[in-house]
Amino acid sequence: MSEETKKPAPAGKKKFELDERLKAYKGVWVFIEHERGAIHPVSLELLGEGRKLADMLGVELTGVVMGPPGETTRSFCQEAFYHGADLCYLIEDPLLQDYRNEPYTKGLTDLVNKYQPEILFLGATTLGRDLAGSVATTLKTGLTADCTELNIDLDVRSLLASRPTFGGSLLCTIQTLNYRPQMATVRPRVMAMPERDATRNGRIIEDTLGMIESSIITKVLEFIPDEMQDKPQLPFADIIVAGGRGMKKPENFKLIWELAQVLGAEVGATRPVVQAGWVELDRQVGQSGKTVRPKLYIAVGISGAIQHRVGMDASDVIIAINNDPNAPIFDFAHYGIVGNAMTILPALTEAFKAHLATARKAG
Amino acid sequence: MHIVVCIKQVPDSAQIRVHPVTNTIMRQGVPTIVNPYDLYALEEALRLKDEYGARVTVLTMGPPMAEAALRKAISYGADDAVLVTDRIFAGSDTLATSYALAAAIQQISKDIPVDLVFTGKQTIDGDTAQVGPGVAKRLEMQLLTYVSKIRSLDTDRQEIVVERRSEGGVQVLKTKIPSLITVLEGNNEMRFATMANMFRAARYPVKIWNKDAAGIEDPTKTGLKGSPTVVSKVFAPTPRATKAEIIQCESNEPKDLSVTLLAKMFTKFPNIEKELLKRSA
Ligand SMILES: Cc1cc2nc3c(=O)[nH]c(=O)nc-3n(C[C@H](O)[C@H](O)[C@H](O)COP(=O)(O)OP(=O)(O)OC[C@H]3O[C@@H](n4cnc5c(N)ncnc54)[C@H](O)[C@@H]3O)c2cc1C
Ligand SMILES: Cc1cc2nc3c(=O)[nH]c(=O)nc-3n(C[C@H](O)[C@H](O)[C@H](O)COP(=O)(O)OP(=O)(O)OC[C@H]3O[C@@H](n4cnc5c(N)ncnc54)[C@H](O)[C@@H]3O)c2cc1C
Repeated sequence: MSEETKKPAPAGKKKFELDERLKAYKGVWVFIEHERGAIHPVSLELLGEGRKLADMLGVELTGVVMGPPGETTRSFCQEAFYHGADLCYLIEDPLLQDYRNEPYTKGLTDLVNKYQPEILFLGATTLGRDLAGSVATTLKTGLTADCTELNIDLDVRSLLASRPTFGGSLLCTIQTLNYRPQMATVRPRVMAMPERDATRNGRIIEDTLGMIESSIITKVLEFIPDEMQDKPQLPFADIIVAGGRGMKKPENFKLIWELAQVLGAEVGATRPVVQAGWVELDRQVGQSGKTVRPKLYIAVGISGAIQHRVGMDASDVIIAINNDPNAPIFDFAHYGIVGNAMTILPALTEAFKAHLATARKAG
Repeated sequence: MHIVVCIKQVPDSAQIRVHPVTNTIMRQGVPTIVNPYDLYALEEALRLKDEYGARVTVLTMGPPMAEAALRKAISYGADDAVLVTDRIFAGSDTLATSYALAAAIQQISKDIPVDLVFTGKQTIDGDTAQVGPGVAKRLEMQLLTYVSKIRSLDTDRQEIVVERRSEGGVQVLKTKIPSLITVLEGNNEMRFATMANMFRAARYPVKIWNKDAAGIEDPTKTGLKGSPTVVSKVFAPTPRATKAEIIQCESNEPKDLSVTLLAKMFTKFPNIEKELLKRSA
């Protein structure tokens, strides 16, 4: 987390006193999102981050689980405990089988009004953004979208939610001072996945939804799953080879694919490459594409514009190949080779191939 | 059938520059455009108009210059345009914006009841995707976000069936009108403005509403005052402490550089070598 965000509110601002009525709001909550029987990883990532903030505030970390009655829904509470939650509020109701805005908004808003958390996080997914927007409006509180850094201003017990601004060139820190809860969404893979600790446990507090089907206007007619097989799964890839405009021509991009094949990697790209139609939209890494967190990210012919950087900055190791020694990507990559991608890429592919073959033999 | 399409005028972010010293945005001379995602919403409304017959009203909240965005929409074929503009709206966050827009839509409804409200998926400046859900809640309309397709519309039964993008698939939903739909990009392309519509747009008397005309009952719910979120700081991302180690070797041949790179990396990050061996095993 940057030094900048640790400082208290800018000097000259008068000391902030929270409204008495709002001081009762305590605790950090994470909405546990799931669809079709599986927790969305973003919720676990948020528990990891929520744990840190809850510890700073000296409060409990709570998961909110809503779903149809049954073992699967209950197991999500358990997963929340394994990933850092102390407590789960659980609402089981057949009306919560599929996600619909109305019942989920009611369930979550009722819980907030009853148990009064000071902070509430949701994933910035299609589900999370739909729900967060309507819950915040119903509660008439502030909601900060797509945060990339979360921190606490301990002086005033306020959430510091930072997010990219103005086409991603800068970050801004947003606070929700005199309203509770303070709400924020975070995109998948922006926060690190916490260790799963199966020895952890927690308390479940059950509640009810208090709705009947006939009062819910929207009906789910059907669900058409995506063809998962050939859709790139960039956000969860461990190794990514990405190419940018420096690859010059679509034909040269096959050098990227060849290295990716040797490494068993996914292929990523910058926005201009996607816009030129060299690869599909699902492969765009960056602010308006996917956020990735691989162990190894190889960036070839990529300048390192901030909009690209925010999507891959959290990679464990970044290798950059660029013919311009002053390219911004060298400011944050771990290793760099200055040179022509068209000659270096094939050599790198060969070097990996040879090294891995030798290492495998050595066992 | 009456459809209100909310559109926002935004700076063309591709052309925004950041001042290298002060880290502030240099807005001077940056052209404004209609938020690109809102054009998908407008086109979808115009298609419903073609198919079912509808009146399409475009609505924006913004400074007086936002009138240009509305004229653009008229040139594409919208029937009516309302600009909600008042100094008190300055600094509105999404909660305050949704309050003003919802009030204006209620006002528009007094003339001809509104059946559908369309918004874009999100904007390219604030980029929150929160205004649509906010307006829907305030108007107590059914909310359908990330809609990729309108399958059918039954005006007699006041029913609409849509496809909605969700994680891992598409949800097919049936709901009642009035509802608010946030339209996903890429399912249609904006039509060309016709000559006739361009003339109409040039002469069109855009309705310009201040807070009273827009039916704002409680001005403290708008603008900075009505906004729970406060931007407390704008800053540049912190540079990483160390720059890349630039790989060099005696020959500086691609092959030797690559071998040197791997040797260094695998020594310092043995887990990456393990990972690569694991996947190719
Ligand atoms: C609102 C907004 C959202 C955006 N979202 C994204 C996003 O999600 N993702 C994204 O990537 N971008 C995004 N962008 C675009 C971003 O600002 C940059 O324009 C983009 O990342 C640049 O792509 P690039 O590095 O491929 O191209 P360039 O900036 O053109 O860089 C090409 C690089 O290749 C190098 N090069 C040239 N020839 C060779 C060679 N023979 N060998 C090796 N190197 C060579 C050059 O030195 C240069 O550094 C967004 C922009 C805006 C305004
Ligand atoms: C850098 C930056 C960051 C911000 N972050 C936040 C934040 O985290 N939380 C917050 O509450 N506010 C935030 N704001 C304020 C927010 O941008 C404004 O409230 C804005 O008026 C609407 O939000 P949006 O641009 O994100 O719209 P979105 O919610 O992304 O827009 C969705 C759709 O709503 C419609 N729409 C949006 N605004 C208007 C309008 N003025 N007139 C007509 N239709 C409209 C359009 O159809 C649009 O496609 C931020 C502003 C900036 C500049």
